[in-house]
This record gives sequence, C-alpha cells and structure tokens, in this order.
Amino acid sequence: MSKDENRSEQQAHEAQVVDAARRRFLGQAAGATAIIAPGVTLMTIAQADSGAAAEGASSAKRWGMLVDTNKCETGCNDCVDACQQENGWGAGSSDEGLSDSRQKAQWIRTVTVRDKETKHTTQLPMMCQHCEEPPCVNVCPTGASMKRADGIVLVDKHICIGCRYCMMACPYKARSFIHESLHDQKSHAPRGKGTVESCTMCVHRVDRGDQPACVERCDKGAMMFGDLNDPNSQISRKLARVSSTQIRADLGTKPSIRYSGI
Amino acid sequence: MKRVVYSGIEGRSLGYWGLMAVLGFFILMAAGAFLFMEHSGHHASGMNNQIVWGMPHVFAIFLIVAASGALNVASISSVFNQKIYKPLARMSAILALTLLAGGLAVLVLDLGRADRLIVAMTEYNFKSIFAWNIYLYTGFFVIVLTYLWTMFDPAMHKFTRTAGTAAFLWRLALTTGTGSIFGFLSARQGYDASIMAPMFIIMSFAFGKAIFLILLIGTYRYSERSISADLITRLKNLFGVFVAAVLYFTVVFHLTNLYAAEHGDYERFILVDGGIFTFLFWGVQVLMGGIIPLVLIYHSAFSHNYRALITAAVLVIIGGFAQVYGIVIGGQAFPLVLFPGKEVSSSFNDGVVSSYAPTLPEVLLGLGGVALAIALFLFAIKVLRLVPESMNLENVDRRDNGVPC
Repeated sequence: MSKDENRSEQQAHEAQVVDAARRRFLGQAAGATAIIAPGVTLMTIAQADSGAAAEGASSAKRWGMLVDTNKCETGCNDCVDACQQENGWGAGSSDEGLSDSRQKAQWIRTVTVRDKETKHTTQLPMMCQHCEEPPCVNVCPTGASMKRADGIVLVDKHICIGCRYCMMACPYKARSFIHESLHDQKSHAPRGKGTVESCTMCVHRVDRGDQPACVERCDKGAMMFGDLNDPNSQISRKLARVSSTQIRADLGTKPSIRYSGI
Repeated sequence: MKRVVYSGIEGRSLGYWGLMAVLGFFILMAAGAFLFMEHSGHHASGMNNQIVWGMPHVFAIFLIVAASGALNVASISSVFNQKIYKPLARMSAILALTLLAGGLAVLVLDLGRADRLIVAMTEYNFKSIFAWNIYLYTGFFVIVLTYLWTMFDPAMHKFTRTAGTAAFLWRLALTTGTGSIFGFLSARQGYDASIMAPMFIIMSFAFGKAIFLILLIGTYRYSERSISADLITRLKNLFGVFVAAVLYFTVVFHLTNLYAAEHGDYERFILVDGGIFTFLFWGVQVLMGGIIPLVLIYHSAFSHNYRALITAAVLVIIGGFAQVYGIVIGGQAFPLVLFPGKEVSSSFNDGVVSSYAPTLPEVLLGLGGVALAIALFLFAIKVLRLVPESMNLENVDRRDNGVPC
C-alpha cells in the first residue's frame, strides 16, 4: 500500500472519529437540554444520545466489515476479548457458570483455517456475517430474527421463543442459545435464558456513531468497519482496491463481512 | 352388507387401568422434566450450541411424522373408496390426532421460552416453514376433527369423502412441511435436499402404519373382539410396501449424495466412520427397521403369524426412531463446512464432529409425548364409539373368515 493511500485511510478514520465525537456532543447537549426542560422523558434523552436510533435505521447505509487476514496474528484474541467486555458475555460476565464449554455463548471466535494441500494456515475472526439474505431471518417463525434497514441482523429478545431453528439455518454457526438464567448483563446488550443471541455489530455503538468494539480494539489494523453503500467510505474504497471474499459466498447469503487474504 | 356397529371398549379391566397408570406415570415424569428444564434452563440437557436440537426433537418429529401416517387407513377408505378399511377409519383418524398432540406437546415444551407460545400464535413470518407448520398442524386438527364428525353423524355422511380427501391432501402438505424443515437448510451437508419432503411422507406411511397395527391388534385382542385375517393380511401387505419404500428413498438419498463430491465427507461419516450414527444407520435403521421386518412380513413362514407382524411393526418403529435420530442429531453432529477444501479449528468446535449424550429430563420429556399420545388414544376408544364391535368380513361385504385376535 502506498504512503498516499495510508494517509487517506488515516484521514478518513480521523474524520469518522471527529464525526462520532460531534454526534456525541450533540447528543449530550440534547440530553442536557432535556434534563432542564420539564416533562421530558428519559426516552427522549436516550434517543437524543443516539442519532440513528431516533431516526431509525436507514437503508441508505449498509454497515459492513473488511477483515484483512494477513494482519490477523495467530494467537491474538483481542477482538474476542473486546466483544466480551463490551457486550457482557464470556469473560465479560460472571454468568453462564452452569453451562459447559459447548453450551456457553460465543458471539465472536477466532478460527484457524488450514489449506489441506499447501498447509498454509490463516487465522480470522468469525461472527455473525450480517447477511443481506440471512437464512436465520428467513426461517424464524415469529420474526424475532430480523435485519435492520442498514443491514445489521439482530434478534428481538421479546419475541424469540427459543426454537433454535435460526441456529440450524446459520451457515456460520454464529448464534448461541442461552442455557441458564443470567444476572450480570450490560444494559445495552440484553440477553436472556431460553433465547438466541449473536453479534449485534455493536449496534448500540454504531447508532451513536462509534465503531464496533472488536474493530476499535484491533490495533493490528486487521478489521475495518464502515458503510458499504457509500462509495467514498474508507471500507468501500479499500474493497475496490483489494481482492476480498465472503465466506460460503456460494450459498448466496451475501454477507456484509468480507475477508481479504484467504 | 351388515351395518357396522361401533362401540367404546369397556376399559374397566385391571390391564386397561394398569396401562393407563403406567402412561400417567410417564406423563407426570415428563411434566416434571419440563418444569425442571424450564426452571434451570437447557444446561440441564445434553443439547448445546453445536447440537441445538436433541432427543425431544427426535421424539417430537417421529410422533408428528407417524401422526400423518396413522391417517392412512382412513384415507384409503374415504379417498380411494376401499370399503374394507372403512370400519377402521375412525380409529385411524383419532390415532392421527393423538399422535400429533403428543408430538406437538414435546416440541412446544422443549422451546427455550415455552411460556411464549402465544407469541408463536400471534407473530408470523410467512417465509418460515416453521410458521407454515403451525398452520399445518392446527389445520390438521380442525380438518381431521371435521372428518370424524362426518363419520359419526349420519346426516354428515355425504361429506365424508370430501372431508377425507381434504384430510389426505392436508396430511401430505403437513409431512412435506416437516421434511422441509430439514430440506430447506442449505448450509448443512446432511440436509439441503428436496427429497427430504417425499421421504418424510413415505416414512410417515410406514411409522404410522406400524403404530396403527400394534394398537389395532392390541385393542381387538384385549377387548376380546374378532378381526378378519384377510383384513390383517391386506394391512400387512400395504405395510410391507411402505417399509420397502422407506428403504428405497433412503438408498436414493444417499446415492445422490455420494454422487456429489461435496457431500462425500458427510456420506463417509454416516455410512462408514460415524461411530454411533453408522451403527444406527446400518444396524438399526436398515437391518432392524427395514430388512428384518420385510422378511417377517413377506416370508411365507410368517404369513398368518400375528406375533411376527407385531414384531415387524415394533422393529419398524425402532428403526424409524433411529432414522429420525440419524437425521436430526447426525445432521447436526457433522461439522458445518465453512471453508470447503480446508481444515478449520476454533474454540467453538469448528471442524470437529460434535458428540451428544441426552440427559434424563430430555428422554423423559420425549417418552411423555409417546405416553400422552397412547393414553389419549386409549381414553378416546373408551369414551367414543370408534371401534367396530366385530371386524369379520361380513361387515365389509366379504366372506366371513373372522378369527379371534
């Protein structure tokens, strides 16, 4: 990659950070106004804090990620740690003490891929691929599995009946079922016994203009987040430049997570 | 042709109440198992994030598939106008309903949030075959109950054929829906096959007929009524065709998979080195549930041997259960192919065959569904006029060669 390209990526990243900070400031200002104004509910504050939530997700955007597997270091687990701390599962929570290792939730994991013939080994993070044609959404009987207008695939915990059909349908084994009562949760990432959950692409952060926790934590630069619909976004420009692929692209699910280097 | 007289069985014997007590015990155990798993969560089960559907689903799917097949005798009499089967149509229809009730009870009670059943009834995603199945199952109850009404009420007899045809078509759709739960899953090597739908239909014919035969002969034997040997022979021959057809579909399914190189690893897993799944396939499903029953059904040495027929029916049920187990559990145990042609490993069991050991609550919940289905059937034949008092062939316009059963 040339120096100019590096510089433009850096500038774009800085612009995103500035933009996020501006949104936060506006949100907080709105919150402060709300506190002063009589009769304003907490909901108003919460909505003001997250611009996108107040407006609703827009199909003008399609959030996605690009994982550069060449930069993903074998043995590094930073993205997984960040997700656990941010969303309160695994080491980020004192829950799931009764579940065995195969019953515990795993929103994101690192997968080692080894070519059978060449023996070349790659590590990459694997999580919900936020498909454009998500099989989990298609099979869900109640509509609890749903895709937001901006492409983020979520589970509505209020109408999930725990049938696990979405887990049967997901080609990426990205979903987990909660096998016991939970008590130690984050308010922005509600979880519950008997329901299914998966990576939310840190929707609470994205809605307030931040990046997903895994992307923010990865200091190797292996993960990039952005709007795939915006041809001028950092991620779109990079995708136009480098070769990338989607996992099990043959299934036609059109994941929003792309990988380069595999 | 004599008029067929139906009556409830007496149901006062020690045997009847003893059997009901045993079934009641299993139903209570299942209720306890449900409450335990509901309270503590599914960590008390052998299910996990790799094997997400376990033993309760095997029981539930087996019962739901068998329910559709149990309607067979009624369908043949009403739709295809085979009068010889007509006296048995009521029993056939009621068994279909009770088996479906037992299967659905298990399915619903294994939900992560069984308390949200009302959500499943009010929120629909019509892209989901599961949502369609909710309509297919409830519709089956409505249509078969209407069908029974047309058989019970003389004023409604003129609609029996129409109702029977509707029930026949509906059960085909129902089992297509059940098979499609798996057939539509394109990501899994063991599923993703349109043959699943017709295979489930033919499985339903065999499993439903096996259960029907056992309960029919048992009912006549213990209520000391007589049934014609010719009728049993006809049922037996039909049963044999269904058992053979299940084997045929099994062969075609695996041959098709073997031909496609991408499914080669899965086929090797099921047919050669899958441990318990390979044993269940060859030993239980094919040999015990297919070949031996065919010998018992068609070999001349067993031609008038009720015990051999009952044994064949029991073996088909065991083989069928193994088949459903292989489909449900085996299909999940085989790892998802994330990167075709490459090896994968992770902390989340990627790339490895998952093991599954059902726990007691799961097994009890499943057995409770079976007990519920049988108990409801035994209750129904006691309180309703479902069983012909005599099934000698003079009742069905044939020469009388009735024998005590």
